[in-house]
Amino acid sequence: MSAEPPVGGSTLQEEPPLPALHSGRGGGSGPVARLLPRVTGGIAFVPLVGLAFIVGVLLVEALPALRYNGWHFFTHTDFSLGNSYGGIVTSDGVKHPQGADYGILGWIVGTVLSTAIAAVIAVPVSVFAALVIVFKLPRRLSTGIGFVLELLAGIPSVVIGLWGALTLGPFLAAHVYPAISAVVGGTPSRQGLLTSGLVLAMMIVPIVAATTRDLFRTVPSLQRDGATALGLTDWEVVRAVTLPWVSSGIVGAAVLGIARALGETMAVAMVSGVILSGSPSSLFAPITTIAATIVTQLDSALTDSSGFAVRSLAEAALVLAVITLLVNVLARLLVRRVAATGLPVGRGV
Amino acid sequence: MAGVSLEAQGATPDDLLTDAAGRAAGRGRRIVDGVGWGLGYLALVAIAGPVVWVLAGVFARALPHWQWKVLWTTGAAGTGGLLNEIVGSLLLLLGVAILAGAVGLGTGIYLAEYSKGRLGGFLRTASEVLAGIPSIVLGYVGYIAFVVTFHWSFSLLAGLITLTLMGIPYTAKSTELALRQVPTGYREGADALGMPAMHALRHITLRTALPGIATGLLVALALSLGETAPLLYTAGFTSSLPSLQLTHAPVAYLTYAVWTFYNQPSPQAVDLSYDAAVILVVLLLIILVVSRLVVGRSQRYSETGGR
Repeated sequence: MSAEPPVGGSTLQEEPPLPALHSGRGGGSGPVARLLPRVTGGIAFVPLVGLAFIVGVLLVEALPALRYNGWHFFTHTDFSLGNSYGGIVTSDGVKHPQGADYGILGWIVGTVLSTAIAAVIAVPVSVFAALVIVFKLPRRLSTGIGFVLELLAGIPSVVIGLWGALTLGPFLAAHVYPAISAVVGGTPSRQGLLTSGLVLAMMIVPIVAATTRDLFRTVPSLQRDGATALGLTDWEVVRAVTLPWVSSGIVGAAVLGIARALGETMAVAMVSGVILSGSPSSLFAPITTIAATIVTQLDSALTDSSGFAVRSLAEAALVLAVITLLVNVLARLLVRRVAATGLPVGRGV
Repeated sequence: MAGVSLEAQGATPDDLLTDAAGRAAGRGRRIVDGVGWGLGYLALVAIAGPVVWVLAGVFARALPHWQWKVLWTTGAAGTGGLLNEIVGSLLLLLGVAILAGAVGLGTGIYLAEYSKGRLGGFLRTASEVLAGIPSIVLGYVGYIAFVVTFHWSFSLLAGLITLTLMGIPYTAKSTELALRQVPTGYREGADALGMPAMHALRHITLRTALPGIATGLLVALALSLGETAPLLYTAGFTSSLPSLQLTHAPVAYLTYAVWTFYNQPSPQAVDLSYDAAVILVVLLLIILVVSRLVVGRSQRYSETGGR
């Protein structure tokens, strides 16, 4: 549906070029016509060059940190900048403050847990809502809901964070969390794992709901009508025909949302508590994610005169980029298999 | 509402039997149907509710102290107004519109009209992968490359290039899709009339695709408007209006105000944070409404009713 601006995900992999413009006849009038394929061809390399530039800069910056931190980087949760007054030492040819010992396991755990909570909440809500949007709502209303989804996708991350930190968090800590903590334990607090997961859930709903909605629209009505004619109720048609028809696409939509949640930065930085060491002990404990840590810690990393803290953050950024890339590729493969629609607004949007 | 269609269509042979067991089974299925769709409507409320809550919450906190003069006074560190942030944000948006618009247009035209075989698919995939990079990673790379390595310091150009890299996949994608949706008959007609290729591209293909291209650009602008992470360490912050210097002069922007002032002890700073949030939301609404109008236009012109 062109009502949703197509973004990111492509369904056109090996499409042939379109006719006419390059047919050779009628073309070739003047230098502009001859140059245009070359000029646009040159421009078309910009995204590739940009991508190579990003990966290149990250690799170059992170390599020394990769060498010094080793696998230890991923296996413990202590985040020690080292003694900044103890002087700079060099080990394995890498300059770093004495005693620097970085472990980002806690960041990874925080990222994975908050994303998991977000997915567990957002995916069912999105799928149920998409069913109603496609099969129950009149056209005008579903267009309205489409606008709401675009709006939610477009609200700046910091604005959601502002609301999450000063409105939602205090409300939940006062009225909702006490009931939950009575069951699962933990001390209710405004910022932490559950608040982060809830805010992330809100932020990935647009992409999951809009993608599944577009998927449901691709289910042929012949099959659904046939099932209805056999005497199935509307809901049984959903269970027996609609959902199986697009199941791998729904998984893809969920993974697309997960990719978005993994990279979400500002809102999480405002509601997670950003705690650098340790891993969460309860549902309400403060956490941090890789993205939130990078944005909040770069300032203090700059004070490390050996540059090692900045390099270690580059390594964390590289880890995040690789994770989100893998997840994105997986999602696109899954969605592409069934869908022929452009994907809706997502990511940092 | 679910019941209506049930009554009309839900009669299976079992239901037609008059024994009690059959009727009980039918009732069970009807209950499941009702519960299923009921959950669906509930989910819809669960999505729309928080959106309303965010907007109402932000406006409710901003309006009681709202003073129009934040729109035309500059300020720093949580005092004064937001003029420097507003002008900076608009300047960045203008830059993104030009850069991401031009690159996206070129890329989209090439991918839709000229590219053949593998290369096109490869370039397209690169663009998609770029779209998947988290914005904080972009911001970090922008800082390392432009601010530190190129010695531009916090500057308009550093922020602009970083934002543009983020926006290009969206403009490129929408341009390509819009061009591909131009009915083949239009191209063939232009060709049959002996129209020169450039003339056909300018007056037939691009003109028909224009609404789609514009929509993609508006998405990129909406995204750029709301981004913080790519700008924090590239554009920096300044309490004065942006100079038009490309490098060595920081630029303020609205999301910075929200992020920096929201947890400061002074109530004026928190107020400014909410003011900036309200301005951001209003600008976003304007972009969304314009993009809706553009989409409406495109549906009127396309033969396939906008599919």
